[in-house]
Amino acid sequence: MARTISYREAINEALAQEMERDESVIVMGEDNAGGMGSPGEMDAWGGVLGVTKGLYHKFPGRVLDTPISESAFIGAAIGAATRGMRPVAELMFIDFMGVCFDQIYNQAAKFRYMFGGKAVTPVVVRTMYGAGLRAAAQHSQALYPIFTHIPGLKVVVPSSPYEAKGLLIQSIRDDDPVIFCEHKMLYDTTGEVPEESYTIPFGEANVAREGGDVTIVAIGRMVSVALEAADELASSGVEAEVIDPRTTSPLDTDTILESVENTGRLVVVDEATPRCNMATDISATVAQEAFGSLHAPIQMVTAPHTPVPFADSLEDFYMPDAQKVVNAAKATVGWKR
Amino acid sequence: MTDTLPSNTAHELNPDALLAAYRTMRTIREFEERVHEEFATGEIPGFVHLYAGEEASAAGVCVHLDDRDVLASTHRGHGHCIAKGVDPKEMMAEIYGRVTGSCHGKGGSMHIADLSKGMLGANGIVGGGPPLICGAALAAKLQGTGGVGVAFFGDGASNQGTTLEALNLASVWNLPAIFVAENNGYAEATSSTWSVAADNIADRAAGFGMPGVIVDGFDFFAVYEAAAEAIDRARNGGGPTLIEVKFTRYFGHFEGDQQAYRADEVARARETLDCLKRFRGRVTETGQLADHQLNEIDNEVDRLIDDAVTEAKAAPKPTEADLTTDVYITY
Amino acid sequence: MADARIAKVTMPKWGLSMTSGRITEWLVEEGTEVKAGAELAEIDTDKINGVLESPADGVLRRIIAGTDSSAPIGATIAVVAPADVPDAEIEQVVAEAEAQLASGEVEEPQGPVVATVEVDGRPISYATMGDGDEVVVLVHGYGGDKNSWLFVQEPLSRTRTVHAIDLPGHGTSGKDVGDGSLDTLAATVLGFLDVVGAGRAHLVGHSLGGAVVTAAAAAAPDKVSALTLVAPAGYGSRVDAGYLRGFASAGSRRELRPHLGKLFADESQVTRQLVDDLLRYKRLDGVGAALETLLGTLLDGDDQAIDAAPLLATVEVPVTVIWGRADKVFAPADASALGQAKLRVVDGAGHMAHMEKPNEVVAAVEAAAGQQRATRETRELVGNEGGEVPRA
Repeated sequence: MARTISYREAINEALAQEMERDESVIVMGEDNAGGMGSPGEMDAWGGVLGVTKGLYHKFPGRVLDTPISESAFIGAAIGAATRGMRPVAELMFIDFMGVCFDQIYNQAAKFRYMFGGKAVTPVVVRTMYGAGLRAAAQHSQALYPIFTHIPGLKVVVPSSPYEAKGLLIQSIRDDDPVIFCEHKMLYDTTGEVPEESYTIPFGEANVAREGGDVTIVAIGRMVSVALEAADELASSGVEAEVIDPRTTSPLDTDTILESVENTGRLVVVDEATPRCNMATDISATVAQEAFGSLHAPIQMVTAPHTPVPFADSLEDFYMPDAQKVVNAAKATVGWKR
Repeated sequence: MTDTLPSNTAHELNPDALLAAYRTMRTIREFEERVHEEFATGEIPGFVHLYAGEEASAAGVCVHLDDRDVLASTHRGHGHCIAKGVDPKEMMAEIYGRVTGSCHGKGGSMHIADLSKGMLGANGIVGGGPPLICGAALAAKLQGTGGVGVAFFGDGASNQGTTLEALNLASVWNLPAIFVAENNGYAEATSSTWSVAADNIADRAAGFGMPGVIVDGFDFFAVYEAAAEAIDRARNGGGPTLIEVKFTRYFGHFEGDQQAYRADEVARARETLDCLKRFRGRVTETGQLADHQLNEIDNEVDRLIDDAVTEAKAAPKPTEADLTTDVYITY
Repeated sequence: MADARIAKVTMPKWGLSMTSGRITEWLVEEGTEVKAGAELAEIDTDKINGVLESPADGVLRRIIAGTDSSAPIGATIAVVAPADVPDAEIEQVVAEAEAQLASGEVEEPQGPVVATVEVDGRPISYATMGDGDEVVVLVHGYGGDKNSWLFVQEPLSRTRTVHAIDLPGHGTSGKDVGDGSLDTLAATVLGFLDVVGAGRAHLVGHSLGGAVVTAAAAAAPDKVSALTLVAPAGYGSRVDAGYLRGFASAGSRRELRPHLGKLFADESQVTRQLVDDLLRYKRLDGVGAALETLLGTLLDGDDQAIDAAPLLATVEVPVTVIWGRADKVFAPADASALGQAKLRVVDGAGHMAHMEKPNEVVAAVEAAAGQQRATRETRELVGNEGGEVPRA
């Protein structure tokens, strides 16, 4: 039965159901329970934003709190994965990748290839990304493009509670290293999610809205922004097709190309900063593969090339919003040589 | 303060075990000496970092390990690979970049691994191994196998954040892990007496809540004993240990290194400290083994290494079709 | 006090998830006389397009929600009343309706009530509408679920208790299908009747469900008052095995969509929502395995594996078969294969006649009820409880 739950609850449910089903699934991270060694209660936090709450007591011995040493525990998750465990490690903020990146991109990502196809590293690194919480420059970035760049990693960016649960279950069952990127502003959003376990395949984009005038590809939280923009465009008679790639690696270029071949116009909405982000990646691919179908230059709607500012007025300017997407779409529709 | 262990337990190993230990060390030595020669011809691609001189460390630790146990190594990994049972012929082929190599030519010297033998790989990143071993040890603990994880790292890595974090985590989680700091005096071209702030790497053990011990790396038996204690401790739930092995490497940081930063300590070491010579001296003195037995092994190993090189040179290289395989499991 | 003969034409609730509908075309003009059941308007929901019928005899006095407008379920979108009802009264009803639409405060009609029971250790989900004495049970086909009866359940429920069930492996029932055999599925249907205390029920089955209810009727004649089969499996017709296999194995929108086009006479009935809903179902744990197992029940190589005709031969209650002429998945069976069943082939429908021409199915069920009543009366007349009775 499908019922309405939050993105946070959907992730918690995915973890709980997989831990129930498979004993080799373990969870580790800073304060994933909280209270270790302290006089108060255990599972005091259940993760900094409560995502892993309740798992500690439900699965004794399988939810491990860690000291603040990302290299060590992300590396440990990876090492344990090569030895038959299926760890789900939490990198609290994607901004912290700097203190453990080697273990992810030089070790986990490359074992399969470097060791001639003999390694299996089924590790999942869950991590929070995104602006909007006024958490400022070091806690608000959207760094999934950097992980996407690395061969050997799979990168997942769920846009809704339904997507989050299915994609996380898929991530845990997948035998390759997966970086699972949760937008911190989506945790409280709700949607219909089946009670039962289910998976969503990687590399298959979701067409969130059909339309024949312009294709809008959006990542993560930007999918909601794009849908908002699409509603507004519809009232001006422009029907937008909104595509949610779900995973940036592997990327479903087929669906995107098929759509652009039909509409002839493309807008890519990516919260990541503009140099070498998903917008540039997707735009270049479309320009190369579907050049003949394009009626107008591709428009990219992204953050500016700046760190994330603190002041709420500034952060609001920083993030792509529906109006910016509408403007970009109209630019493609109204474009004349 | 940590003490240097005296070694006096040659009698604990039976003759077969002693022969096996000698074979391991001799295989490593011949392998490395030969690679040194072949590399100079220019036929071997990329970088190699040779372990010659350090054999007692790998052999002394690995003699205690079985299939439950996992080890992680460094860029100077040939010795650990051989000691853990990786096929020297497959290793040689890998170094030559051939399809028959342990990694089908996709990894090279710095990434030789054999997960079926619990060898998590040589590692091109200094300090890359210790966190992985925390993971392997964690898995062994949760799975109840009784296995241990051994992280070999160098004096250079002993200053790397990843290593220090791993030491802390291993104690906090009480993991069955052994950290072996192979202090050969140099991290690339910089002396460890300068770059390591403490007098001994083993002094750091107390700072991470675990026992630390220093051993003479040219003495197989000293390493053997220290490793026995540490591995027992780990297997019995007593947590991690830091062993500092002190010795010297006979060759440069990498092959091609002119080693201008060194004096003539290698010549002296080869003459008076060499682990193979000392091992031979000890076991023949006590009458446990005879010279001819050891000589036989020398000859067998010579042939093995010869064959390994011949076969490696004759083996095919990977083709373009191999370029994009095994990036992921599913595609 | 409004005239009681004024009938409000309201936006229906078709299926569980419908919250509003868009009127795509009014088929009748204001001022036209209509009979109860006449087609008034075409309505588009996210899932599918349906046709709204007049609730009463009279004249279509006013269209409140015009073409291309949307209204929430339960909203009054038109008024039908006899010609002699004064305009002023009509205006009053219209004004109320418009105010409701504007304010958004529309009373939601009672949709199906969903519940779960355990049958043979498996959770069976079902949706119930209506509370009449007569019980009808609707059984979907391969890969379907209880929602596929959305246009049929509501009209039937006005005078009956109508249960639409999810077979094992489908919808929100448990996904374990055991051996997936016809017997297992039939036993589930019969077990369901017991658990809900249905006594005797009219069983309606589509496709695989058609074979299942046939088997159920053969196994427990005392529990089945009539059968209505919609494009049933098991009656020797040519089957598109490629469709069944393709449906089972499709993993993506791109793979699934072309197959779904084969289900309907009009391919545009395959909406994005329909495809999405099916994909969501197929992703649930256990569904893949269930569908594979059931393929084994349905197919023997490229032919039908089920032979339901011998089972049908033992069934003595009225049986009606509805088949879309344009059915590409199970070609309409030869009447000879259907024994004493009444076959009605319907134009403008493919494999999904209960969605494409739901009136035909509703009519078939109601006609069977008429037959049953006649049969019972004849029995009473003849004073013959258990013997042979001439068919009405």
